[in-house]
Amino acid sequence: MSLYKAETRRLIKRRFTKWLVAGSLVVLAAILAGIFLTNQKSSPEVIAKAKAEATQQYQQAVQRTASDKQACVAAQGTPNASQWPSNCDDLYQPTPEDFDYRSYMPSTFEFSKNFTVMVTTLAAIFALMAFVIGASFVGAEWSSGGMMNLLLWRPQRLKVLGTKLVALLVGMGVLTAAALAAWTGLFWIVATLRGTTTGMTAGAWQSVALTETRATVLVLTAAALGFGLASLGRHTAMALGAAIGVVILFQFGLVTVLSMAKVKFAEALLVPYWVQAWMDKSVKIEDYNSCDFSSTQGCQPATLTITWPMAGGVLAVALVLVVGAAMWTMRSRDVT
Amino acid sequence: MSAVLEIAGLQKTYRSRKGVRRALDGFDMVVESGQVHGFLGPNGSGKTTTLRTLLGLIKPNGGRMVLLGREVPAALPEVAGQVGAIVESPQFFGPFTAKDTLSLLADAGGVDQRRVTEVLELVGLRDRAKERVKTYSLGMKQRLAVASALLKQPQLLILDEPANGLDPGGIREMRTLMRNLAESGMTVLLSSHILGEIQLICDSVTIISAGRRVATGSVADVLAQHASTSVRVRVESDLDMPAAAEALRAAGAEVRLEHDHLMVANVDKPALITRALAARDLYVSELAPVSVDLESVFLELTGTAPVEGQNRQVDQSAMSPAQGAWGQ
Repeated sequence: MSLYKAETRRLIKRRFTKWLVAGSLVVLAAILAGIFLTNQKSSPEVIAKAKAEATQQYQQAVQRTASDKQACVAAQGTPNASQWPSNCDDLYQPTPEDFDYRSYMPSTFEFSKNFTVMVTTLAAIFALMAFVIGASFVGAEWSSGGMMNLLLWRPQRLKVLGTKLVALLVGMGVLTAAALAAWTGLFWIVATLRGTTTGMTAGAWQSVALTETRATVLVLTAAALGFGLASLGRHTAMALGAAIGVVILFQFGLVTVLSMAKVKFAEALLVPYWVQAWMDKSVKIEDYNSCDFSSTQGCQPATLTITWPMAGGVLAVALVLVVGAAMWTMRSRDVT
Repeated sequence: MSAVLEIAGLQKTYRSRKGVRRALDGFDMVVESGQVHGFLGPNGSGKTTTLRTLLGLIKPNGGRMVLLGREVPAALPEVAGQVGAIVESPQFFGPFTAKDTLSLLADAGGVDQRRVTEVLELVGLRDRAKERVKTYSLGMKQRLAVASALLKQPQLLILDEPANGLDPGGIREMRTLMRNLAESGMTVLLSSHILGEIQLICDSVTIISAGRRVATGSVADVLAQHASTSVRVRVESDLDMPAAAEALRAAGAEVRLEHDHLMVANVDKPALITRALAARDLYVSELAPVSVDLESVFLELTGTAPVEGQNRQVDQSAMSPAQGAWGQ
């Protein structure tokens, strides 16, 4: 317990952790402020204003069409006739239905529809933060010699590394849970003031809870991967280098080459698709080079659906491989 | 007196593309309780490898190690609380203060936080304890390292080059600290290159070269075993030195002619020298036995004495290259 306490204190004391958490919270605050400022509640006044604007736009369109018709009739038999239809009655006559007042309403925040996107946004920002904090937490210990000092006090390598990882995961878990709770509350306020909270049935809340649980798992996985990679290389740069390597090699290089070679579903190698599948429960990738002909719908591209259990499986395999390798090297390699 | 530390036949081999290097080649060492024991050896001789292996940082390829009566590394977690150690240069996380650094170690080791203030006072860092370690000089970091080793009030204190970076006052303070700790019953294993210091404060020494023990025992015994019976002799006129050398050789002595004196060995009694010289009308102006010091013994045993016109390489020491060089 004393080691766990020490590692938790070490994690919290680090200025790098504090700055990175503060930076992430500032970004989230900016997003929250942006959503708040760009949305409005649909009050009777706002609806009346939107309807008035729709009517005005309709009338302007009718006037324009009438004017166009006059010009069309006048142009008949002249060289300008080619710019108009041969029958001026073919000019489109706008209808009031074309100018739905809802299109003139300012954006409104619907909690039941829009909040899950906000949870994904928080998960992505926190996952990036957790990866870097996790990498630095153990990487800086290795490169500064702190790990060696600690092992002189507690010569149980797996216990030391395991306790560090647990302290990191508990810390990140508590932070993410608190942030998600605050995020939910704040967006509830945004929806109340600048949108609507209707449609939040028990089932909808359950869906929000499951999305937030998956968000927490994503953040913790990122933290553990950063920690494991930095531990393998005994330096923070190892984790960051691996992340950059994956982005350059797979996200740009390999996918570009495979796409040029018209390989089916090359996008399936893109990490964001898997993250999206994990958060949104599924994601569909289409192969635009293929054609599944249907007599009713014509040529349809072939599709590959990545589901959240598939994405979860990939996350779990990556986690086991990286953390397992980190533990194995910690146990077997000399500390020099 | 019981042994606090016993090492027998310790082996460590490093393999690389360049070949195999035996860093420790059957090394033996015994440190008795309550002593200040010096651990000497040239660069690359295996000192730090020995200490790292003893402390569980490196896995040995063979041999046996016993710390405080328990076989390690198996029992290291149980005895680690009674062993304070610094290995090589002091390394700490720079952005933390000295107080935070020690406080975190105290938490990790289950040591009372009040001990942090005590050791900071002891090593002279009390007034700078709230400054970040990265602003510290090498000497201050060294003091902090000693403080971290003392934090758990160990029975055995292992210090690798503790005087490194310390100013003369700091070295003297460190010497007094070692002595006081030993008097309080703590055993101190001290690795150092400052042989004068070792001779002053150590009760016993072990000398390692090319991964093997080349000498061990009390400082007095080691010096006695390697003390020569050389005598420095001057005669009234330097012009008489060749004749004096010839006279002494004729009397059975080994004589080395230096530029203003003779070094005479293999003589039982200095009186034989005066008698042999007087017989040829040569008169002695100085006759002084040459005392041996730890440095000369060290250089002799490890074969690392500088030779004019030669640049000695790190792995060139006694018993190398047969056991120590790369590519064996």
